[in-house]
Amino acid sequence: MHTFTHQFFELTITGLVLGSIYALVALGYTMVYGVLQLINFAHSEVFMYGTFATAWVFVFFDQTGVNSIGGEIGFLLIALVVAMLVSGGVALLLERVAYRPLIKKNAPKLIALISAIGASFVLSEAMGLRDRIAAWFGLEDNLGNYVGNARNNYTMPVQINPKGLFTIGDYTVTDIDVITIVAALGMMFALQVFVSRTRFGRGIRAVAQDPESAALMGVNSTRVIQLTFFLGGLMAGAAATLYMLRIGSTRNDAGFIFGVKAFTAAVMGGIGNLRGALLGGLILGVAENWGSAFLGSQWKDVVAFVLLVVILLIRPQGLLGESLGKARA
Amino acid sequence: MTGTKKTARVFALAGVAALALSACGTTGGNNSANAGSGNSSGSGSCGHYEIAYMGALTGPNGALGQNMLGGINTALSEYNAKHADCKVTVKTFDSQGDPDQASKLALNVVNDTKVVGLIGPGFSGESKATGKTFFSAGLPSISPSATEVDLTEQGWTTWHRVIGNDSAQGAADAKYLTGKKVFVVDDASVYGKGLADVVRKGLKPVGNDEVQTGQTDFSATVTKIKGSGADAVFYGGYYAESGLLVKQLRQAGWKGLFMSGDGSEDPAFVKVAGSQAAEGAVLSAPAAPAPADFGTKYASANPGKTAGLYSTQSYDAANIFLAGIDAGDTSLSKMNDFVTNYSGTGVSGPIKFDSKGDIQTSTIYAYSVKNGQLDTANPAPIK
Amino acid sequence: MNRYYDFAPSGLSRGWSAFRGWLGGLLDNKPTRVALIAVGIVFVYALPLLNLPVITTSGVDFGGVMFDAAAYALIAVGLNIVIGYAGLLDLGYVGFYAIGAYTTGILTTYHFHWPFLLALPVAIAVTMLSGLILGAPTLRVRGDYLAIVTLGFGEIIRLVIVNTHWLGAAQGIDNIPAPPNIGPNAPGQGGGLFQVPHLSWGTFPNIIDVGHKTPFLKFGPIDAIPFYWMIVTAFFIVIIADILVKNSRVGRAWEATREDEDAAELMGVPTFKFKLLAFALGAAVGGLSGAFYATRNGFISPATFLLLLSELFVAAVIVGGAGNRWGAAFGGVLVAYLPDRFRSFSDWRMLVFGLALMALAIWRPQGIFPPRRTRRALAAEAQIEELEGEAVDV
Repeated sequence: MHTFTHQFFELTITGLVLGSIYALVALGYTMVYGVLQLINFAHSEVFMYGTFATAWVFVFFDQTGVNSIGGEIGFLLIALVVAMLVSGGVALLLERVAYRPLIKKNAPKLIALISAIGASFVLSEAMGLRDRIAAWFGLEDNLGNYVGNARNNYTMPVQINPKGLFTIGDYTVTDIDVITIVAALGMMFALQVFVSRTRFGRGIRAVAQDPESAALMGVNSTRVIQLTFFLGGLMAGAAATLYMLRIGSTRNDAGFIFGVKAFTAAVMGGIGNLRGALLGGLILGVAENWGSAFLGSQWKDVVAFVLLVVILLIRPQGLLGESLGKARA
Repeated sequence: MTGTKKTARVFALAGVAALALSACGTTGGNNSANAGSGNSSGSGSCGHYEIAYMGALTGPNGALGQNMLGGINTALSEYNAKHADCKVTVKTFDSQGDPDQASKLALNVVNDTKVVGLIGPGFSGESKATGKTFFSAGLPSISPSATEVDLTEQGWTTWHRVIGNDSAQGAADAKYLTGKKVFVVDDASVYGKGLADVVRKGLKPVGNDEVQTGQTDFSATVTKIKGSGADAVFYGGYYAESGLLVKQLRQAGWKGLFMSGDGSEDPAFVKVAGSQAAEGAVLSAPAAPAPADFGTKYASANPGKTAGLYSTQSYDAANIFLAGIDAGDTSLSKMNDFVTNYSGTGVSGPIKFDSKGDIQTSTIYAYSVKNGQLDTANPAPIK
Repeated sequence: MNRYYDFAPSGLSRGWSAFRGWLGGLLDNKPTRVALIAVGIVFVYALPLLNLPVITTSGVDFGGVMFDAAAYALIAVGLNIVIGYAGLLDLGYVGFYAIGAYTTGILTTYHFHWPFLLALPVAIAVTMLSGLILGAPTLRVRGDYLAIVTLGFGEIIRLVIVNTHWLGAAQGIDNIPAPPNIGPNAPGQGGGLFQVPHLSWGTFPNIIDVGHKTPFLKFGPIDAIPFYWMIVTAFFIVIIADILVKNSRVGRAWEATREDEDAAELMGVPTFKFKLLAFALGAAVGGLSGAFYATRNGFISPATFLLLLSELFVAAVIVGGAGNRWGAAFGGVLVAYLPDRFRSFSDWRMLVFGLALMALAIWRPQGIFPPRRTRRALAAEAQIEELEGEAVDV
């Protein structure tokens, strides 16, 4: 208990940092749900591919040793772009292979969940077997730095050390903390503007509200669905780079737990609602840290889920309600 | 949906289920895979013996199992070079480290009449799930890596291990940390919590925390450690988490001694933590460094691979069974007597089992990270 | 919102419906039907003894695999009540499986020393009660929110076990006793009332494998087949109960609730009560399966009851055909059996399994054996399509 009062600021700020990464991933769940009323269970793997893409960029540019953010800022930006594109690409592939055939057939909603679970296994296992897949093409030696020991942790070759910037309470806020929160908020703001101000965004909102009318008004729903998956993928890719900046290590099964948390955040805030995802992510991140301090880290996930249940019982539509599309079930 | 024309036919569902099943049974060709297809290089009068290996060979923990299989292969290739007329082969049962798969595979192991002994199971969970089966069948087993204390308290007289258990290691670790203000963290796994609890008993920790395997963000734990004023941390668990924990501790400016057990004693620990954060960390293991020529032998028996954690123990375990075969003790009960009374010196140290199947003397070594590398050649024995 | 896959009458499906017609005709004849059902039941019991080529798993004990397959089939039938009948997406069903297994473990060995057969009904009752306790708050949440809330509860149950010393924590519970043996049990005799030989498909005259026998009703750690017989028996009992409940007022209330909750409520159906009942009955079946798992394995630990298992259970029900108890059971068998059948793919087996799930979802979105009402709807849709020349939603 004394830990909590003493280190309130440290727990809260590190919780907000982690929460903003949750929130970025949660956007992918929330947008797909808003448009299709589907839980995209494979979104966690989209995130996982982004973490690998980030590390690969640093391997490619042969960045080793220890450095500060300032020294790596150029490579970080490249990694951010690459990770966003890789995750966006994986999300598009997912839509094409696992969802579109089902949407075309007007299949029951639940079956899409099974397709997504299957796709999630395939994506995760393919990453865990990437050394063997490279061996098919005889590339396992050339690509050894990228695919070797595929089942083990894959780490960033460079160590990026944080630098303290200023102090709040007892806690020295680092540059990594600031960059993570600012970048996440910036991404979300950009997405919000895109969805609410542009022509493409209008299409997304139209399909979310009423697909039939949208189709009658000439909105190409396939295109809109693709765009939704791609945008969700971009956000997951950005989250992946921020995650790797902080954690520095990933694995082919790293997405699973993270995905469950992000999905929880999306539901907490009100699924289908972009601002809800942000609020849900931040609350979840902070609640986990506070819960860990009060009860011990082993109860962290229990705290997160109990909080979810309590919120849904008090506000069944989530904290900020559903706004991208209204539930039609 | 009401008022549609009733076109669906009514038929008894049980019949359909049976039919579907029998259809499965009759459609395929004759490519039935044969379970007992061990290679038949054994010949002559000696009979064909197999040593079984059960543990993870694929899946998330596959790398550890491959280390063990490599050790077994090394012993077998030496033996078979000397006994060209009477070769012994290894038959693998890949459990992926999962107790549920292991319990099914154990039935295959005990129904295979060529198997004279089992090396494994690799992990403690699968050992618990299968021990009764092996004991009932009278099959002698030697685990190179399962260290949970309870395993030898079950009365399974066929169960042995060539590695010091967690209680030996934890006591040594506690001794090593004597005089420090220690904060103990574990990963709530059978192994990690078991080891950490022994350490907790051996000293008075200034704080405790428990994380989850697969967790990557340890900010709350880091905050607690800093708040407790500890100058040492002991972590019970595997390198994937311990590496990240020490990294986040150092990033938060904590400067004390970081110690963990054999689950973290792997070069990958340094990779996950980063060489700067890992520097000075101490990792204990109930195993002496392998003799210099073991690496060469291993590489020639397993081309392209290097020995790793548990390779030496597996090599020793295989050699015990091979010595039993040489002595002619090839029935299960005779082999079990042979193993139980075995005494010798392997590459991992002197081997003699106590009445419960634990190794009698086990020295725990402290390996440390120096100059950005895990120094596997010069550990200090903890006395 | 009912969306169904409209499938064009291809040559294959025409052949299939002709076959079904023939089968239906055969089954209209009562004595034939009874005989076929009897043969089917005997076949199911005998399956692990037959060592049939192709379907028998190589490299892993077929009796053990069949036990798992039957356990999953039982779970799928239970979960089918929740998903298929009541239309509630439960992603935390593994929690009930865990509660059943742990109640058994605690009563038979960890804190008490009850015999298994006494612990079994208590395990079922405890699981059912926990279904009520967990269902009461969660079922007030509607639609897709239920998925994440149940997922959360499934995970909470596992974490509570991991972190509670009284429940064995991460170490788990071992030495869970098997059910009592029936018949003589002298050591070295093999025991059991009598011994059933296996078949062997090697050389023709030796078709009966005399060296390999399973003792009848002796539950030991080296043969899983008696456990398989036990769980198959429980499976058939649950199926009969399931048929009775589904055909009663309760079954109709579930159907009404699933199709339109508001309308059902208006018609005087207390939908919440019936949803809760479905949740509790489903939970009880999950607990039953968990109890059998505990006694067969002899050892349980929280590492078994992962979220992933919940996903597989849901996959079993939906792939098999939600709403059709036989379809769900078949899905359960598939989900347990395929990864072991694919063992020769070793490292690739989960990848292959994932591909299989995707392929099944895409090629047969209504499940392998959809319930009758879905088949009716499909037929109606095809008919309307023929009349209007265009696909419509029903």
